[in-house]
Amino acid sequence: MDFVFTEEQQMIRDTAESFLAEVSTSEAVRKAMASDTGFDDALWQQICAEMYWQAIHIPEEFGGMGLGYVELVAMMEQMGRYLLCAPFYSTVCLGVNTLLLAASEEQKAQYLTAICEGSLTATLAYCGPRGGRSADAVTATYREDGDSIVINGESSFVVDGMTAGLILVAARAEGSSGEAGVSLFAVPADTAGLERKNLPTLDQTRKMATLSFSELKISAENRLGDAGNVWPVLDKALDLATIALAAEQMGGSQQLLDSTVDYTKERVQFNRPIASFQSIKHKAADMMLRVEAARSAVYYAACVAEEALQGGPLADELAEAASIAKAYCSDAYFKNAGESMQMHGGVGFTWEYDVHLYFKRAKGSEHMLGNPSWHRERLAGAVLD
Amino acid sequence: MKLSFSPEDEQFREEIAGWLKDNLTGEFEKLKFRGGPGDEHMFPEERKVWEQKLAEGKWTCVGWPKEYGGRGLSIEQQVIFFEEYARAGAPGRVGHIGEGLAGPTIIAFGSEQQKQKYLPGIVAGTELWCQGYSEPSAGSDLANVKTKARFDEAKGKWIINGQKVWTSLAHESDYCFVIARTDPDSKAHKGLGFFLIKMDQPGVTVRPIEQITGTSEFNEVFFDDAECDAEDIVGQPGDGWKVAMGLLGFERGVSTLGQQMAFQNELDEVVKVAKASGGHKDPVIRQRIADLYLRLKIMRFNSMRMLSDDAGDGSLQKEALIYKLYWATWHRDLGELAVDVQGEMGQVLDAEPYELTRLQSLYLFVRSDTIYGGTNQVQRNIIAERGLGMPKEPKW
Repeated sequence: MDFVFTEEQQMIRDTAESFLAEVSTSEAVRKAMASDTGFDDALWQQICAEMYWQAIHIPEEFGGMGLGYVELVAMMEQMGRYLLCAPFYSTVCLGVNTLLLAASEEQKAQYLTAICEGSLTATLAYCGPRGGRSADAVTATYREDGDSIVINGESSFVVDGMTAGLILVAARAEGSSGEAGVSLFAVPADTAGLERKNLPTLDQTRKMATLSFSELKISAENRLGDAGNVWPVLDKALDLATIALAAEQMGGSQQLLDSTVDYTKERVQFNRPIASFQSIKHKAADMMLRVEAARSAVYYAACVAEEALQGGPLADELAEAASIAKAYCSDAYFKNAGESMQMHGGVGFTWEYDVHLYFKRAKGSEHMLGNPSWHRERLAGAVLD
Repeated sequence: MKLSFSPEDEQFREEIAGWLKDNLTGEFEKLKFRGGPGDEHMFPEERKVWEQKLAEGKWTCVGWPKEYGGRGLSIEQQVIFFEEYARAGAPGRVGHIGEGLAGPTIIAFGSEQQKQKYLPGIVAGTELWCQGYSEPSAGSDLANVKTKARFDEAKGKWIINGQKVWTSLAHESDYCFVIARTDPDSKAHKGLGFFLIKMDQPGVTVRPIEQITGTSEFNEVFFDDAECDAEDIVGQPGDGWKVAMGLLGFERGVSTLGQQMAFQNELDEVVKVAKASGGHKDPVIRQRIADLYLRLKIMRFNSMRMLSDDAGDGSLQKEALIYKLYWATWHRDLGELAVDVQGEMGQVLDAEPYELTRLQSLYLFVRSDTIYGGTNQVQRNIIAERGLGMPKEPKW
């Protein structure tokens, strides 16, 4: 048993940290979040060309680095710490994972190769205007029309939906409900009948969109996976993405702890650094407990995700590991952000300090891919029913 | 990162599981799932016999070096041992203080003579130990011990006077390891000695403390001119704090995974009761059960990190620093849930005058978890100071 990073994994983590510390500064984040696209395209192109992060767990045969999920998670942790604004989560965690599980070899060759080249970004549109994480959340519909597929309806909360070049759309056969009838389609962003509308949200560091499909017509060759029977695969892709998102949350929780402790060591009141007051120390200790527990949950889930993709005895634990990580990390992130704001006092409430950026992202990510209650209920169902 | 066990380890798992299956039978059958938290007072005599049964199979002190009677097991195999032990429902160990604390301290700091005198009795499961640390005025401020040790030249012995408190299993124990002040003018952690004291002597009195459960698992221990042989001080006079702190390193580690398996058994019981009472249909109860389930899983993942991430210098990594606070808080939450899942029935006693159900005992007992072995408040100070480098409180 060897539940620590290998030297190579540690190196990947360290490289990500030092690169992001340089490029994803508070100033850069604020500039990106105020832009229409939500990210600096020059930086994304630099990441794709020099760091090659978009290719991290894409198999070498498609031009990827062929690394594992632990490496992906190690990077997401650092992206969470530095609030990176880039289409990485949408393209790699949602897009690549879904393609790896659902796409045919030809489709993989087409899309994954383009992603590796840095010429294509992707995202996943699975839930309707009311959100949700269960199969019922899929509300867009499709019908077959000869060799074509016609999609109608709406997908919402689509991360980077305004900018993604390829949208993987989950839709259900007209008249179906629940898990049956769900199919998945690769829809290029310039397809006629697709209307994209920016969805302004509390967390400005991650852009979302609502997509409307009106008689959107694509070839049946754009179908990914089995017709009407793709939910189990999509469910698995969502769990993989959930683990990556939990890593981002854990990284954010860590950054909040570090920056808050630094602040309390410098801030003097009553002639002493406020870090010497037990009321402050105990809050910080609880923050560290949450970070370390979150870290254990995420690293374990990363090992499970790796086996879910590559095979292994842990593969069956995917849903459980994802729910454990997401439920815990969501709560940890939000609590740490709230405590951080409290411990910063008045300045924590200013636009100038970064605490609010984390506080807002914590709440946003908490409700993505199933909120903590949803994940706890999924665990409860497995234990109790 | 790699999480799997080797084929040899899996074979070892079969060996210990098989032994437990064959031996936790007959007279020991009734000990299954007994003697755990809130149940420590049950079947003490039978559990002492069980210790010797374990020793027959060479299943005591499995992590100790072979030269001292242990098996010298790898960390992985110790993990497996503790997991299978708890999985089989084998009873709470009455020998755990000797095996986990006294023995490792004697191995690390003791003289050759002390090793020969004390270790075999621990390995054989015939001699039980208790820990004499806390005193009425030395709780969280442990270094404030007032118990005194004076060397009597005429007798050639140490003479011990003072009082210890919260001493688990003192009434069952053959020996107690005690920190006492060898330099009467010293303060705090200086001037202490670490003594191995025989309990069966005129100068030692054990008085049980009645707990909120109505039962007694821990005691007050009074030393009135109690005697301790000259060669039964571990290290030198003045070394007591260093030796005692060395113990803290032994208090964590692989046995935590066994503790978690016992926690899993308790959670399983709560789930069973929730299903039987219909409490599992309440959406809030479902959330609480799931929350405890996932936090227990994380406790296990965290321990796996602890075991893989040993700096080798005895210092605690961050995941180890949080461990006591984490498990104690988890266990307290489980105790609350145990009663709540039953609704009104959770209040009803087994029998008059005050026979608690197992789950009521658990509910009450777990309140001690966040107090003993460093309160949650003290744990938070330690985490903040050692883990985050925050300054100590100014002295006054």
